[in-house]
Amino acid sequence: MTTVHESRTSSFDDNDQKPVGFGRMLRKEDPRLIRGRGRFTDDVQLPGMLHLAILRSPFAHARVVSVDTSAAEASPGVRAVVTGETLKGLGLAWMPTLSNDVQAVLATDKVRFQGQEVAFVVADDRYAARDALELIDVEYDVLDPVIDVRQALAPDAPLIRDDLEGKTNNHCFDWETGDADETEAVFARADVVVAQDIVYPRVHPAPMETCGAVADFDAVEGKLKLWSTTQAPHAHRTLYAIVAGLPEHKIQVIAPDIGGGFGNKVPIYPGYVCAIVGSIVTGKPVKWMEDRSENLISTGFARDYIMRGEIAATRDGKILGIRTNVLADHGAFNGTAAPVKYPAGFFGVFTGSYDLEAAYCKMTAVYTNKAPGGVAYACSFRITEAVYLVERIVDCLAAELDMDPAELRLKNFIQPDQFPYTTKTGWVYDSGNYEPTMRQAMDIAGYAELRAEQAEKRARGELMGIGISFFTEAVGAGPRKNMDILGLGMADGCELRVHPTGKAVVRLSVKTQGQGHETTFAQIVAEEIGIPPADIEVVHGDTDQTPFGLGTYGSRSTPVSGAAAALVARKVRDKAQLIASAMLEVTVADLEWVKGSFQVKGDPAKAVTIQQIAMRAHGAGDLPDGVEGGLEAQICYNPSNLTYPHGAYICVVDVDPGTAQVKVRRFIAVDDCGTRINPMIIEGQVHGGLTDGVGMALMEMISFDEDGNCLGASLMDYLIPTALEVPDWETGYTVTPSPHHPIGAKGVGESATVGSPPAIVNAVVDALKPYGVRHADMPLTPSRVWDAMRGRATPPI
Amino acid sequence: MQVPAPFEYERATSVDQAIGLLERLGSSARLVAGGHSLLPMMKLRLANFEYLIDINPLHDELGYIRSQANELRIGAMTRHRELLESDELAAAFPIFRDAERVIADPVVRNRGTLGGSLCQADPSEDLSAVCTTLDASCVIRGPGGAERVVSMEEFHVGPYETAVGDGEMLIEVRFPVRANGGSAYQKVERRAGDWAVVSAGAAVWLAADGTIADARVGLAAVGPNTTGIPEISEALRGHEPAEELYERAGAIAARVCDPVTDQRGSEDYKRHLADELTRRTLRTAVERARS
Ligand SMILES: Cc1cc2nc3c(=O)[nH]c(=O)nc-3n(C[C@H](O)[C@H](O)[C@H](O)COP(=O)(O)OP(=O)(O)OC[C@H]3O[C@@H](n4cnc5c(N)ncnc54)[C@H](O)[C@@H]3O)c2cc1C
Repeated sequence: MTTVHESRTSSFDDNDQKPVGFGRMLRKEDPRLIRGRGRFTDDVQLPGMLHLAILRSPFAHARVVSVDTSAAEASPGVRAVVTGETLKGLGLAWMPTLSNDVQAVLATDKVRFQGQEVAFVVADDRYAARDALELIDVEYDVLDPVIDVRQALAPDAPLIRDDLEGKTNNHCFDWETGDADETEAVFARADVVVAQDIVYPRVHPAPMETCGAVADFDAVEGKLKLWSTTQAPHAHRTLYAIVAGLPEHKIQVIAPDIGGGFGNKVPIYPGYVCAIVGSIVTGKPVKWMEDRSENLISTGFARDYIMRGEIAATRDGKILGIRTNVLADHGAFNGTAAPVKYPAGFFGVFTGSYDLEAAYCKMTAVYTNKAPGGVAYACSFRITEAVYLVERIVDCLAAELDMDPAELRLKNFIQPDQFPYTTKTGWVYDSGNYEPTMRQAMDIAGYAELRAEQAEKRARGELMGIGISFFTEAVGAGPRKNMDILGLGMADGCELRVHPTGKAVVRLSVKTQGQGHETTFAQIVAEEIGIPPADIEVVHGDTDQTPFGLGTYGSRSTPVSGAAAALVARKVRDKAQLIASAMLEVTVADLEWVKGSFQVKGDPAKAVTIQQIAMRAHGAGDLPDGVEGGLEAQICYNPSNLTYPHGAYICVVDVDPGTAQVKVRRFIAVDDCGTRINPMIIEGQVHGGLTDGVGMALMEMISFDEDGNCLGASLMDYLIPTALEVPDWETGYTVTPSPHHPIGAKGVGESATVGSPPAIVNAVVDALKPYGVRHADMPLTPSRVWDAMRGRATPPI
Repeated sequence: MQVPAPFEYERATSVDQAIGLLERLGSSARLVAGGHSLLPMMKLRLANFEYLIDINPLHDELGYIRSQANELRIGAMTRHRELLESDELAAAFPIFRDAERVIADPVVRNRGTLGGSLCQADPSEDLSAVCTTLDASCVIRGPGGAERVVSMEEFHVGPYETAVGDGEMLIEVRFPVRANGGSAYQKVERRAGDWAVVSAGAAVWLAADGTIADARVGLAAVGPNTTGIPEISEALRGHEPAEELYERAGAIAARVCDPVTDQRGSEDYKRHLADELTRRTLRTAVERARS
């Protein structure tokens, strides 16, 4: 069942309602972060700590002929200089990526992208380390690079991955989903078929805190402590154990406060491994913090899909099928972060929110001489690309049919009684009720009035556009029967311990990078056992202190670990009920849970609070037969399905006809993420994601020149949006709980990043309708918009 | 953290002491004013200098906006923020406030200086375009207190190259004040705080009969230097302000500028902007001259 709520603008007055459970409350982590008491990786200072700097390749493709480190070694303050050859001796020159490929830690044979790691220096301070890099003499034999992805499979293309045995071309993988023949049949009998080439350019997550690590290997204990910027500390620990051959119980990975992740901090980067090697070699703690340029040129990018979308429909606007062909640029090493059986992530949900008769996708992924990646940049494993494709192509169809894009969507939505709905590509949407969400967005926007205003403005030669996007996400990876990363199942552990005085500690496997876990998870536990969130400590990020689980990305924390937290709290409550029955001398069946206490049914005066029960659990006196002392539980939650949040976004833009500058005037976002735990945090996630969407739609792109030089190596070149580019966000929500999630919650961390770019692009294209524009690729910079107005829209690559 | 190569650092105690140091240390030394152009280049190791002479202690001496008869003088160490906030300057030359509103961000504006902006001689530098538009001249001081005054055309020798010699320093910029003037600035950027795709400044002086006595246009980011366009001045002088006239000026701007295609935009688009922004700023400058 869906409930519709009007919350047109976010009011801040009641943000701190101090709920014992769900509701608005200020974030518990904020006083620390706002007052500069956060502790990030770069804040870690250990006695005797040394500093590491990495020498990177200036070339996109070159053979490494020789590396002379003698001058660097003689430089003041230098403790060690390590090259690929040194690592080779230790069996550490290569490491596995998250997609079962391998990636060079330090280059031995060739460099394969500009910015690739070639050697590192460990020195007394950052300056000495950086200065010594200038003294390393590398002789390169420069090779032709593969930069244009469309040429990667040309017969004469230079071979990038000659390290892989038997490899003769730059092919990475093929993937398909759906039914080609069925789709062909549907297309053959359709009244209308529209095709459009659509590029989702390479972008970068660009977290404000770059990546880094402090490694401290204690040779006596044989124990490695690693503070690092990781969204997935447990997965990293296991991988280090496998790569470095260190016993897993002797590795402690600690993710302290993280200044933004967005998927950038999911992979293991060569720098982390270098820091570990540096500490082992020198016997001292070693810190590595990459600088801004290093982060932008060498760490995980996202997107880079060249798509051709086709849509088939009847003349009156019933969508029959969608077909797409994708060329995916995976860079020099396949570092995609996605469950292994999903090499294209969850791109399979490109069928969107519509009831189709057939769908088919064929994808080819290739290697190029660019940085590796393909990370889940706030995209729920490639759903960003999928949603962009379907929402753009549906708009193209609306233009072709001369139908209002809102009407076309409403006509084709999967209906509430069709859930759970199995898509033509095999995804089982758990729940959804799309029309109320769409209607609310249209109401807030004043859709009819906006169209009237647009008509008037067009008559005057002014350019105003209204863009819609409606998305369904698939988040919360995932059921372990088919989802794992390098063999690690995607289930999450959780532990809850209630102390004698009724305060509690909950230990999570996931790790916040700004999402507010310390608050949300305290609220989830509070809702179940009635202990106020302020009394619940959330411990996360330290593998020695938390149960195993796969980490935070793909909006999976609430769908997976949130469920674990609710269930572990219910386990504790069940035990509390046994103890309460003894305390009140009634049977368990005679007790009723009223948040925070057990009462005897029909006699509310006879009650014990959870705090009293906690003391009894730890105190003197007998407990019921078979009940152990203490009040704690642990769990490992394996989700039975993903959760499928949805949302309706409407964007209004004005385009200056003289300068082609786009101004986002209004943006309406109505999200349905099921049960809402902390609406204030949800709004924050949505605001951030929408801002991200403005960046991708209007300005962000990692581009390269023909030699493979990265042209986005600083934040002056790679633009990210500021407060001045975004309007006041107008948000609303509907609630359609997930039927299989214990509290009905779906993830929301990435909804807005996924849903907003198509709304903005659709709005710009709509504004340019008088110029006959049907499509223009991101980033819609003034120059590119101006080209589109002149009928010369070109792909950005 | 981006780390520059090693350098030595000294704080200046007076203009002449700073010039003395420059003279002694030669081309291995640089003055650092706001540092917002110099330090990013050093951190990226695009520029390496052995000595930095910090002239921020000279802000008291060289940070000023002063009205003289028929002239406004601005000290080289006057910061963007001071230029933005000065009502006196905004009254005399509204182009300054227009420009300062779109230069960088508050953090940069708190430190960056007029002198640093001109001496950096980046073709996209907004204040260079402003100074060109206003027909400013630069006071350069050398060893022994010798001073010379050069026009903006002479000052900008090439991209990132100025008339200031090794042992010299820019100390002041002078702006002629004429009656019935109006000025304006406009910039197209991809994002707030970004460097210009193209920007244009215009200044107009009206005669008693309402015709244009004189007019100047300065463009940024469309060629190796931010130069004035005498052809536009000639086309405007003596005419009644009108849309057709702005159009003619815009067409000249688009023709004579020399942009290149880069990440900020195509050459075509930049020429179009030179035209569009020339027309827009002339229109505003005339409105302001009239009011
Ligand atoms: C993020 C960012 C965005 C920016 N955006 C813009 C923008 O949109 N538009 C724009 O116009 N600018 C922009 N800038 C540049 C900014 O305006 C700088 O402050 C300015 O270019 C240089 O001034 P400065 O005082 O910082 O000079 P510095 O960096 O200190 O010096 C620059 C050069 O001038 C020399 N120099 C300085 N003062 C003197 C002097 N008195 N005599 C002789 N030589 C001298 C120095 O030796 C050096 O070579 C931006 C800068 C940043 C960091």
